[in-house]
Amino acid sequence: MKITREEVRHVARLARLDLDDDTLDTMAGQLAGILEYMETLNRVDTAGVAPTAHAVPLTTPLRDDQRRPHLDREAALANAPERDEESFLVPRVIG
Amino acid sequence: MDLNELTIEDAHAKLLQGELSAVALTQAVLDRIETLEHRIAAYITLDAEGALEQAAAADRRITEGDVTPLTGIPMGIKDVICTRGLRTTCGSRLLENFIPPYNAAVMDKLKAAGAVILGKLNMDEFAMGSSTENSAYKITRNPWNLDHIPGGSSGGSAAAVAAGMCLGALGSDTGGSIRQPAAHCGVVGLKPTYGRVSRYGLVAFASSLDQIGPMGKSVRDCALIMNAISGHDERDSTSVPEPVPDYSRLSNGTFKGLRVGLPREYHEAEGLHSDVRHAMANAIETVKSLGAETVDVSLPHTEYAVAAYYIIAPCEASSNLARYDGVRYGVRSKDHTDMLDMFRQTRTAGFGAEVQRRIILGTYALSAGYYDAYYGKASQVRSLFIQDFRQVFEKCDVLLGPVAPTPAFRIGEKTDDPLTMYMSDVFTLSANLAGIPGISVPCGLSSDGLPIGLQLMGPHFSEERLLQAAHDFEQHTDFHNQTPAL
Repeated sequence: MKITREEVRHVARLARLDLDDDTLDTMAGQLAGILEYMETLNRVDTAGVAPTAHAVPLTTPLRDDQRRPHLDREAALANAPERDEESFLVPRVIG
Repeated sequence: MDLNELTIEDAHAKLLQGELSAVALTQAVLDRIETLEHRIAAYITLDAEGALEQAAAADRRITEGDVTPLTGIPMGIKDVICTRGLRTTCGSRLLENFIPPYNAAVMDKLKAAGAVILGKLNMDEFAMGSSTENSAYKITRNPWNLDHIPGGSSGGSAAAVAAGMCLGALGSDTGGSIRQPAAHCGVVGLKPTYGRVSRYGLVAFASSLDQIGPMGKSVRDCALIMNAISGHDERDSTSVPEPVPDYSRLSNGTFKGLRVGLPREYHEAEGLHSDVRHAMANAIETVKSLGAETVDVSLPHTEYAVAAYYIIAPCEASSNLARYDGVRYGVRSKDHTDMLDMFRQTRTAGFGAEVQRRIILGTYALSAGYYDAYYGKASQVRSLFIQDFRQVFEKCDVLLGPVAPTPAFRIGEKTDDPLTMYMSDVFTLSANLAGIPGISVPCGLSSDGLPIGLQLMGPHFSEERLLQAAHDFEQHTDFHNQTPAL
């Protein structure tokens, strides 16, 4: 199967990755090889088989919606690339 | 015997008897690290000062009689596990400056037990890899032959244990990343049942597959670590409220009457190296001599394990790694024009090639029009793996097989073709897909002197049985006493 440079560029855009043409081409080739290998899964008869998202049977544990101890603001902001007294700073989004 | 050669069990006995102090033990291991680190390159971050402080605190606890088997024991932690105040990079440039503001659940447990944390161990970036060659920091070398890989992604952990650069370590396993490096470095490594050990504070790669587990010089050492780290945790919704037995209750005689299944897809695999084949044959003879009844079994979907895993894991990873956007932590790009550009530049500069490849693969497989064909299909095949194991465990108590098709390959040997690297995970992937536990225990050396690992797998929450069987095997062979000549 063939994956085009444009297809990889589109996917990269979705994943917020900015790849140059050489990288896109290399990746297109590798992806094509990997996905072609994945085609082997089509040989498996999965009619009526339910998909598994969790291998060990579990039900979602719920708790009362009550406030609990949490990370304090300074700790939460400690690794911020840019911050002010109370928030993370990012480039302007609106306006 | 040098202090760094002690097992956790023996070190604990000496600490209790007052023959040894935790400070002396920790200093001995730090000296060992200083001697070997430039050759092995196991540590990304070493915290010698912190370790000695923790050792002094452990000595005080020991005098007061407040001791656990891990009190004062110097350990290394794979750099994918959050350690409060101690840099955690996940082997990535993107997290080069990240200092977690909280401890992973397992770290709180180790701290409560009084373990001494030496530092953070090298790994493939974001746990994606089978050789530790994908680390953005350094290439860890196999202590048995420095030109060979230690395995991955917990390569730093395995190498450090093998080289006496810690007495025990934590690794993580998503597709074999504890078991395979353990096998390649001649140490013991256990991937617990999914949900046995809390993932709170484990930086997520593939959330339905990841597990933290112990790596050590002996089965008993791994059991002692399991006792400390296992258990339900409210903060991890996938953590299972299964009681924790005493995993260190190990005796001989486990194999007597035990039904040991030999999956033919593993034992008759085409790419199986002759030395691995030989080691398997010897291991089978050993367990038979110990009273085991071997049963030929089949895991018919084994040939689809690589395809299923390398869709599911990258899909989950593409979602998990979406959080690395430069907003709240990590190395943010400098010359971006707007927020979207910030995301793109931060991620492109911060992620290595293998991580980018898997993100692209996962994003593609989840994108509109492809979801059912790839992720949907792989998830259905996953159900069939679970069914295979359920059926097989009606016929046997444990499964026995190789961990890796070959001994550790040379550094650089497989880096050109990602698919070749992926194929080498065939024997370990299924356990993650099915959520079942698996242990790797040394079972021989190749003709080139490289370690070979024996894998035992069991049903969900059969860690006791696996540890007991592995212990029985270990005690009746001499492989655990072999160490690399460094």
